[in-house]
Amino acid sequence: MASVESSPLNELRGRSGPLGAALDPVVLLLVAAAIALLVGCLRSAFFAQLTVEGLGLGAVYGGLALALVLVYRATHVINFAQGELAMATTYVAYQLMQWGFSYWEAFVATLAIAFVLGTVLQLAVIRPVQHRSVIAAVIVTVGLFILIDGVVNWIWGGNFKFMRSPFGTASFRVGGVTIQHLYVGMIGVVLACVVLVWALFRFTKLGLGMRAAALRPAAAAFVGVRVEWMLTLGWGLAAVLGAVAGLMAEPSQLFLTPTLMQQILVYAFAAAVLGGLESPAGAVVGGLAIGVFLTLVVGYVSAIGAELQLPVAFAVLLAILLVKPSGLFGKREVKRV
Amino acid sequence: MSTRLPALGSLVVVAAVLSALPFTLSDYHVALAAQVGIFFVGVLGLNILTGYSGQISIGHGAFMAIGGYTTAIMSRDHHTNLVLTMVMAFAICFALGLILGLPALRLSGVYLALLTFALAVSVPQLPLQYSTFLGGSGGVQSSTTVSNVWLYAAAWTCSAILFALAWLVLRGRTGRALRAVRDSEIAATASGVSLPLYKTFAFGISAAYAGVAGSLFVLATNGFAQPTEFSVTLSLQLLIGAAVAGLGSLWGVLAGAAFVGLLPQVSTSVPVIGSAHGRDVVFGAMVVLVMLVLPGGFAGLFDRLRALGRA
Repeated sequence: MASVESSPLNELRGRSGPLGAALDPVVLLLVAAAIALLVGCLRSAFFAQLTVEGLGLGAVYGGLALALVLVYRATHVINFAQGELAMATTYVAYQLMQWGFSYWEAFVATLAIAFVLGTVLQLAVIRPVQHRSVIAAVIVTVGLFILIDGVVNWIWGGNFKFMRSPFGTASFRVGGVTIQHLYVGMIGVVLACVVLVWALFRFTKLGLGMRAAALRPAAAAFVGVRVEWMLTLGWGLAAVLGAVAGLMAEPSQLFLTPTLMQQILVYAFAAAVLGGLESPAGAVVGGLAIGVFLTLVVGYVSAIGAELQLPVAFAVLLAILLVKPSGLFGKREVKRV
Repeated sequence: MSTRLPALGSLVVVAAVLSALPFTLSDYHVALAAQVGIFFVGVLGLNILTGYSGQISIGHGAFMAIGGYTTAIMSRDHHTNLVLTMVMAFAICFALGLILGLPALRLSGVYLALLTFALAVSVPQLPLQYSTFLGGSGGVQSSTTVSNVWLYAAAWTCSAILFALAWLVLRGRTGRALRAVRDSEIAATASGVSLPLYKTFAFGISAAYAGVAGSLFVLATNGFAQPTEFSVTLSLQLLIGAAVAGLGSLWGVLAGAAFVGLLPQVSTSVPVIGSAHGRDVVFGAMVVLVMLVLPGGFAGLFDRLRALGRA
């Protein structure tokens, strides 16, 4: 199976002006959803509170989804260990804080460690299998899933661990709506990291090389891009984004356990697929959408308690895949016989 | 599982060794051997799906959960004969597998992997929500428990029956059609193979096998069906077993089942990390290592060894 690559000319044609973008049904749909949310928030304080929480959690899902998308775009591998990797790096941050680092010192140090971890994993175990088959690559990441889980359990044990919350437990009130600093902080930190990654891809030569290596490996190699190294860097970056998602997810779960990211991984899958699996912007938008949707459903539909949040996410994923497998921003894959 | 009659000799050897084992092993080791039998059933089923029809599933632990809960609930509420509950588990999971096979028709590769992974994570949540019928987080206790030897006999009898069934189904037209679908869907359609029929059938049959494995699995945990027993790790183990087994060989499936059934147990006695937590380290590392070293799984290894022997 090979996806037919469209010629550069087609891509230019596809890129319509600002007016064309505004008339795109997907954009219209998103604008309509945003307006509906805004109206709901103005009419009901409860709705507004759920929406803010949903956006905070959604930012985390989006961050992890973006990590998945970066890896998928570059190597066409879904990294099932992405969530566990994020969980492990969160434990690293916990350990650093135990050793007396402040939260934000530990945060930065953890991101650096995550980057190294991501690149090392890609070099050691992914590079040998990434061109073999989908199943082989999936199994290797599944093996990593179990391995990382085991290592964390071995070093830190399975008990609850408590981390200092970076944003405290304070909240502020806007027109009758209580908003915890936490959720605003989650949105802020994740989106800041996403913007940094976007800037890296958009404005630096390194980012250009990475995009080229992901989209046109052969052509990129011709013009001197070291494709394999760019893919390795991509894994490192994905690990960093995962670490951010893990660190921001931890305070919303109140404590740290080795299963921190397992449910979030499923939400991130749904987010990535909703966004189109190849679209970084789509992953973030998808994450926010999934986060808000799940929070509202659990908050308002009494038949669906918190226990059913995962099955609902499964249903959403199923629905997306059946109705629009290419997601909101994805390109339809065309098979060549 | 090969299309020709598997060498009768190896079948006889396997059967003889298996029937002698309970008389020579300690009770603990019989329980371990039963564990391998349970995984043999599950891996065999998943091998039909991934090996023959080329679809991937990270969600067969969900079907094991459904099969296991079927056994536990029927036994709890009606004191049903355990063998009958296994037949029931087979039937229910076959039907549910067909249903999941329908959306799977439109998906392939990574998308199917994502969807089935979500299924594996979702299903253990259902008992927590519907706790009156499904027992909540405390689980469901079946009314009868079985001895390790009973379990061993049941697991390997099921293995033998289901192996024969797989051989009967896969040796002829159906096996050929499934392999054609795996190698090229378009070419298979052009040759008159009905994709929907065969792909959903493969899903159904592999889910049914997982259901039986789940029934046995619950009996192995003293007839106790609990959500935590059916965590996503179980699905991962099945997939690993099928991948490690490689394609289309009895020995491969045996090796794959032994790999996922025994390795976590054996590695608890490894020094330094011999704790209950350390076993995942060894298991995960071995999975990665085997995939790097043996691209064709154990079946590929055996083929290579045979080729070496001939040369």
